[in-house]
Amino acid sequence: MKCSEFLQELTNYLDGVIDDRTKSELENHLSWCHNCYVVCDTTKKTIEIYRDSQLYELPEDLRSRLRSAIVSKCQGHKKAGPESV
Amino acid sequence: MSTIQPKVEPVSDELALVQAAKGGDVGAFEELVKRYDRNVFRIAQHITQNREDAEDVVQDAFLKAYSNLKQFQGQSKFYTWLVRIAVNEALMKLRRRRPERTVSLDEEVKTEEDSVPREVADWSPNPEQQYSQAELREILTKTIQGLPASFRTVFVLRDVEGLSTEETAEALELSIPAVKSRLLRARLQLRERLSRFFQKRGESGNGKPILESGDGDL
Repeated sequence: MKCSEFLQELTNYLDGVIDDRTKSELENHLSWCHNCYVVCDTTKKTIEIYRDSQLYELPEDLRSRLRSAIVSKCQGHKKAGPESV
Repeated sequence: MSTIQPKVEPVSDELALVQAAKGGDVGAFEELVKRYDRNVFRIAQHITQNREDAEDVVQDAFLKAYSNLKQFQGQSKFYTWLVRIAVNEALMKLRRRRPERTVSLDEEVKTEEDSVPREVADWSPNPEQQYSQAELREILTKTIQGLPASFRTVFVLRDVEGLSTEETAEALELSIPAVKSRLLRARLQLRERLSRFFQKRGESGNGKPILESGDGDL
């Protein structure tokens, strides 16, 4: 397996959606190719860092303000049914 | 090497809430708002890169969802359907704010960065701990803002919000191969760009790099 072929399968590999045969070919490649090992490992870290990053959290005060606005607009049209909002 | 696990768990009572909301139960709809407002806000801010726009998107997306609930047939998850509405609202905001640039999720973005890297520097064991919370936040924000909108959106839905490939394809009206290809390139580009900040000291030569200010290219 070439590095470019490894890279093509990287997303499927990290997501765990590949068959056993391809998986063992990828892991065999990883066992000797340092560059691909590092790319794979640091790509995984990239995903984890973003997933745990809590960027753009909605502050509670803004959250309740937005929710009140949404609910009151929905309620304003409640009598006529949701399709008339 | 273990695989990445999604963080969003499926919710079983959701259909009952949707049915009640369809019947005009605003309280049930409010539950759905509480469940997903934070997700919609994050997605909207990642796409629009603007806080006020993201606030508008939260309101507009939920109101649109409420007014179109009858059209939701329950073949997909409510959340996927909601995300689709929110993404469209966010893209409209982005286009309005930046009319000089074309913003489309369909465009193929040509880049050189996803070719096989020749020299790959490894990262420090816990790279995020080299920086303060505020520094890390800035690094992550600027880095993801530099991605084209079409890559950024796929990455956020798949890897930050935990939608499946199929759900992401449905929410963005893209094919599954298109989602996979954008996801791979988004992940590799983010990795490449973060390497500047996270690689082992000595391999880059001169300590912490300084963040450049600047707008992301779309």
